[in-house]
Amino acid sequence: MKVQLSWIKDFVDIDVTPKQFAEDITMSGTMVESVEQQGEDIINVVVGKILKIEKHPDADKLVVCQVDVGEEVVQIVTGAQNVFEGAVIPVAKDNSILPVGKIKKGKLRGVESCGMLCSEEELGIATKPAEGIMILDDSYAIGTDIREALNLNECIAEFEITSNRPDCLSVIGLAREVAATYNKPLKLSVPEVKECGCNINDFVKVSVLDKDLCLRYTARGVKNVKIAPSPDWLKTRLENAGVRSINNIVDITNYVMLEYGQPMHAFDMRFLSGNEIVVRRAKDGEKITTLDEIDRNLDSNMLVIADGEKAVAVAGVMGGLNSEIKDDTAEILFESANFLGSSVRKTAKKLGLRTESSARFEKGLDPHNTLNAINRACELITLLGAGEVIAGVIDVYDKLSENNIIKFRPEKINEFLGTDISKQEMVRIFDTLEIKVDGDNLIIPTFRADIEGEADVAEEVARIYGYNNIPSTLIKGEAIVGEKNDKQKTLDKVMDVFTSMGFYEAITLSFNSPKIYEKLNIEPQNYVKISNPLGEDQSIMRTTVIGSMLDTVAVNYNYRNEEAYLYEIGTKYLKVEGSDLADEKQEIVAAMYGKNVNYYTAKGVLDKLFEQFGISYYEIERETENNIFHPGQTAKILLKRKHCATVGRVHPKVLGNFGINIPVYMVVIDFDAIMENKKTAKTYKQLPKFPAVTRDIAIIVDEEVTVREIEDIIRRTKTNIIESWKLFDVYRSEQIGAGKKSIAYSIVFRSIDKTLTDDDVNPVMDNILNQLSEKFGAELRKM
Amino acid sequence: MREQLQNIKASAQAEINEIANAEQLETFRVKYLGKKGVLTDVLKGMGKLSAEERPVIGQLANEIRNFLEESVSKMQTEIKAKELEDKIKSEKIDITMPGEQFVSGGRHPLTLVLDKLKDIFIGMGFSIVEGPEIELDYYNFEALNLPPDHPARDTQDTFYITENVLLRTQTSPVQIRTMEQQKPPIRIIAPGRVFRSDNVDATHSPVFHQIEGLVVDKGVTMADLKGTLDTFCKKLYGEGIQSRFRPHHFPFTEPSAEMDISCPACHGKGCRVCKGEGWVEILGAGMVHPKVLKTCNIDPEVYSGFAFGIGLERVAMRQFDIDDMRLFYENDLRFLKQF
Repeated sequence: MKVQLSWIKDFVDIDVTPKQFAEDITMSGTMVESVEQQGEDIINVVVGKILKIEKHPDADKLVVCQVDVGEEVVQIVTGAQNVFEGAVIPVAKDNSILPVGKIKKGKLRGVESCGMLCSEEELGIATKPAEGIMILDDSYAIGTDIREALNLNECIAEFEITSNRPDCLSVIGLAREVAATYNKPLKLSVPEVKECGCNINDFVKVSVLDKDLCLRYTARGVKNVKIAPSPDWLKTRLENAGVRSINNIVDITNYVMLEYGQPMHAFDMRFLSGNEIVVRRAKDGEKITTLDEIDRNLDSNMLVIADGEKAVAVAGVMGGLNSEIKDDTAEILFESANFLGSSVRKTAKKLGLRTESSARFEKGLDPHNTLNAINRACELITLLGAGEVIAGVIDVYDKLSENNIIKFRPEKINEFLGTDISKQEMVRIFDTLEIKVDGDNLIIPTFRADIEGEADVAEEVARIYGYNNIPSTLIKGEAIVGEKNDKQKTLDKVMDVFTSMGFYEAITLSFNSPKIYEKLNIEPQNYVKISNPLGEDQSIMRTTVIGSMLDTVAVNYNYRNEEAYLYEIGTKYLKVEGSDLADEKQEIVAAMYGKNVNYYTAKGVLDKLFEQFGISYYEIERETENNIFHPGQTAKILLKRKHCATVGRVHPKVLGNFGINIPVYMVVIDFDAIMENKKTAKTYKQLPKFPAVTRDIAIIVDEEVTVREIEDIIRRTKTNIIESWKLFDVYRSEQIGAGKKSIAYSIVFRSIDKTLTDDDVNPVMDNILNQLSEKFGAELRKM
Repeated sequence: MREQLQNIKASAQAEINEIANAEQLETFRVKYLGKKGVLTDVLKGMGKLSAEERPVIGQLANEIRNFLEESVSKMQTEIKAKELEDKIKSEKIDITMPGEQFVSGGRHPLTLVLDKLKDIFIGMGFSIVEGPEIELDYYNFEALNLPPDHPARDTQDTFYITENVLLRTQTSPVQIRTMEQQKPPIRIIAPGRVFRSDNVDATHSPVFHQIEGLVVDKGVTMADLKGTLDTFCKKLYGEGIQSRFRPHHFPFTEPSAEMDISCPACHGKGCRVCKGEGWVEILGAGMVHPKVLKTCNIDPEVYSGFAFGIGLERVAMRQFDIDDMRLFYENDLRFLKQF
């Protein structure tokens, strides 16, 4: 909410600098977003008068004006169309400053121009796009500083009002906060209404049919209305609050809304058919054209103000065009009502029409406020000479809200805040906030519906006392040890392992397009769909992190990063039938590309990770079913017969879908599998005391035989002297024959209790070779 | 013979000074001291000497032999030293050539900052808990004192799955889940992903990260909240940092506050980063609303607590002077490698 400070000063005497004001009020609970001193950026701009206009010798669209700026007559070239001889206008002289920049004399198409004629926009005071130079009326003395002439000397503060404080969406509410902050009295007077002889009940009848949505309806009438522009002081206050001035009647309703926080409306009585007001739910399909000239379709959940025939306003949101105040309006009806906040909120949302009025109603207003507000409007009618107030008030309500009563326990408040504030100080604070202390009870004013309990009261004390006067202490009570749980520690370790292998962590968003499955070359999975997504591309929760990773790879590929080693531990969201919530699982996805990257790079990543978690053995099968991957270069990894990881080359077709033209390899691992299979307990194995014997063998087998099959034979050989083995050569040649390969291993033998001899090693070697030859027809190759 | 020996010594003395390398030294050694060397040669004539002369000449011959051996050994040391010196000289390299490249990877900057925050809070006795990202309306709003139609719901543009299921807009639902499962004393942080339907720009993302904190016990005060968060800020930004608490409103805390710290960029003088204020907002906090405690079956007459929420991206952007949030989710290696 924007307000000029002088308006607040109507209600409380303060004398502080704008900066100090902003600081103090922010710290007592009402955030001051900005304080702007008007005219700060308008210097050396005066009221001037155009004496003579001549054509520019060299430009059709320019004219040359002789302008009287008080002390002298200067020549100014302008392109504006709306200037005329005798026009009084704002003139930025040579060496002047405007919000749009500095003005200096210069030449326009060869003709000297000693300044600039200004539009409202150039002065920074436009409420709508300017249509040329601002034309002033002749009442201004030529040469007067424009800031003085246009009243641009106000200080305007913008407040951020939180949703619990609708009472502060008003000048009086803000003034009350200011008064409490500076411990000053609030100067609030009851509006005095001068009534004429007639009676409102002779003019109009009000019936409220839906009292659940309309808690109070207060109305007063004005006759002999003289529609005119508002006086400058009123216009300025509205405009500085960001409200456009229309005419005296409409301006009064807006003025009262800003001052009292009570939205108001004025109807032209001649358009109220049957001279009545009926507050009722709209009929389904009922239509109204609102003041913004848009046709609105209403439904039976919306409350309207109607006359005998038709809706004339959407309650609390906007008036209807059909009962708008016009230049010849003679009798008006003021409405000051209290509508149910949630109803106004829903209606405004459904109509897509949020107004100053609805924004106030939806937060819940004080129904006690309607009468004072409407009386203030009537007081202003008299003050402005805008008409005669008809005697009497129509005021329809069943029961108004009562004051909240809260127990006053000063010691409990201190205990809660950790303070030592005296009871007298608390009472003083309550007093400034109009909270009455009645023995052990606090009587909360009705405009503070947000104060419901002791904690709320404690906050009032705390913020006026000053949050920063509360001491800083450390939590007492029993000591608690904080630590990461097993899962968090495991995640940390996974990240450490990736870092040590040269991988960088990526973090991506959780969304995917439903088209992701097509892009990944797989059948759609059962996904969780967002009902109101930002766009189709981000409308589902990802069921795999692979798509996000390929996007990341594509980004790096497109930036011409030569190689990439990336991983993400991302959440995937699996739909669970019969449950509202998803199964959220962690998926580790690593991707790599570059000069020396191949399938075995990816497999090495998996091996290293498993090794670091003590997972020494896994089953491995060729993966041909997963179409994301290349069927010839992909493995399915199983732990305890459960598929837990995939290692392989991404299918070129999939890469193509992501715009990637080089081979990319991936490792995809279920994080849960690591949690289930990791062995973290480590025990020391004695260092060997006896020397090792190393034997190299090379065998020739069919191309189809995998290294894993050969190693399984070594692994399963019954002996306790095989320490380790290592593949050191794979060799193909004409000599060996087509479809065959030579595989060479180095096998290390060692005993824990003696030095091995050929007699120990030879039988084991023979055993291995025999098995290899039986199973795969392997022949020993001469080394 | 004496003369011969004296001549050997004289010529050896003259020659040895001319020796420049190991090869010449060896030639010299063989010439004088070898089995067929000149000294041996001369000594072959010892038999012809008289008994009186023999010991005298023998002594002289020994002296000369010793002299020759010492000279050779001395020269050997000198030549070795010189050779080493030459070798070292020849091994001079350009020490400014690039070093060998060892691979190293790294964590994402957001993770790095989160790690730091976790460490600080763990040190203060907090444990880390997690909660679902796809969440029930009940936990995200209702149990946090945001009933349906609460105006504050509008300020959080929520992604819905169904009417009752949504993408959590804050990490605060973890507070409720924790209090349902655990009785006080509670001291937790809950980092995680949150979702708001904001379009991506330099300062907005539909997905971002928060760290929720919750402390519940007997006698927890607002002074404790201030002390805890003051300590946190000092550990994060250094002892010199100033902090202040500003009243604010959150439906699930009462009293509520926002915490500002003196701008780390200008130390409170006012600059572009803090928009001239000298302060930058760092987190929201407050005393847990009694209604929230009651909802979780914790008696607010006996227990009290405080909660806080920190935006991770904001802390990270400040920490690394990053001005565009999109960089975090784009994962360009040229960006990731900077941290």
